[in-house]
Amino acid sequence: MWFEQLMFFLAGIGALGGAVGVVALRNPFYSVLALVAHLIFLAVLFLLLQAEFLAAAQVVVYAGAVMVLYVFVVAYVGGSDEPLRPEGGALRVLGPMFAFVLVVELCIALLGSSLSLIDSQGTGVQAQFGSPAEIGSLLLQKFLVPFEAASYLLLVAAVGAVVLARKRRGLEEETA
Amino acid sequence: MDVSWFLVLSAFIFCIGAAGVMSRRNPLVVLLCLELMLNGGNLALVAFARMHGDGGGQIFALIVMVIAACEVAVGLGIIVAIFRRRLPVDVDELSDLRG
Repeated sequence: MWFEQLMFFLAGIGALGGAVGVVALRNPFYSVLALVAHLIFLAVLFLLLQAEFLAAAQVVVYAGAVMVLYVFVVAYVGGSDEPLRPEGGALRVLGPMFAFVLVVELCIALLGSSLSLIDSQGTGVQAQFGSPAEIGSLLLQKFLVPFEAASYLLLVAAVGAVVLARKRRGLEEETA
Repeated sequence: MDVSWFLVLSAFIFCIGAAGVMSRRNPLVVLLCLELMLNGGNLALVAFARMHGDGGGQIFALIVMVIAACEVAVGLGIIVAIFRRRLPVDVDELSDLRG
């Protein structure tokens, strides 16, 4: 039990630190690396919640594949530091303030509401909860329609990304 | 381990992402902060799935990961197109659609 709590606090501090790093670091390349660290700590948290398949998918798909896409685009666009502009506008000040108010409100909603009526220790789960076999049978039996819709959405997004990012002859010469 | 700890952590991650979306100007970093917000939601979904002992929440989190991958692909395509047309890669400068 104490091991679980220790792992929760270590992974939680790591995930929060990664999240703060994404927002606070000025070089986009370091932001991407901070997000990779955040995703790996989040996978540890998923393991603590007995979501083994999801943790593996998080590390392989998210931290492995999606982040490589980010690194390529940062290298292509050029990860230059953002210049600090003093005349940043009201949103630069209002954004963090809004986020602080939102976190206070969410904590009140989560901790002070009727959520405490539910058994927050979690129900007992059987051994194969969150295993690839269980996830697979749920995806192909109960959630077949969302599964197929997600696969079509991925296809559409892949084609759309190619169409958006390809070289257009006419436009390039017109704007150059 | 009390599930509400995970929910509070997910609220923090979501709000850090929201602050980044509103205060950063590089569209790449804005996309990264959107990922943070989606991950905060994912953590809450998995925590609720554990709380109820129901695998549906994990499927929901998996679908959210798919949606995030789609969003990244299209968003990065737009950023590459912006860069190709030699427009400034800065969300404050790209205000042509503002009414």
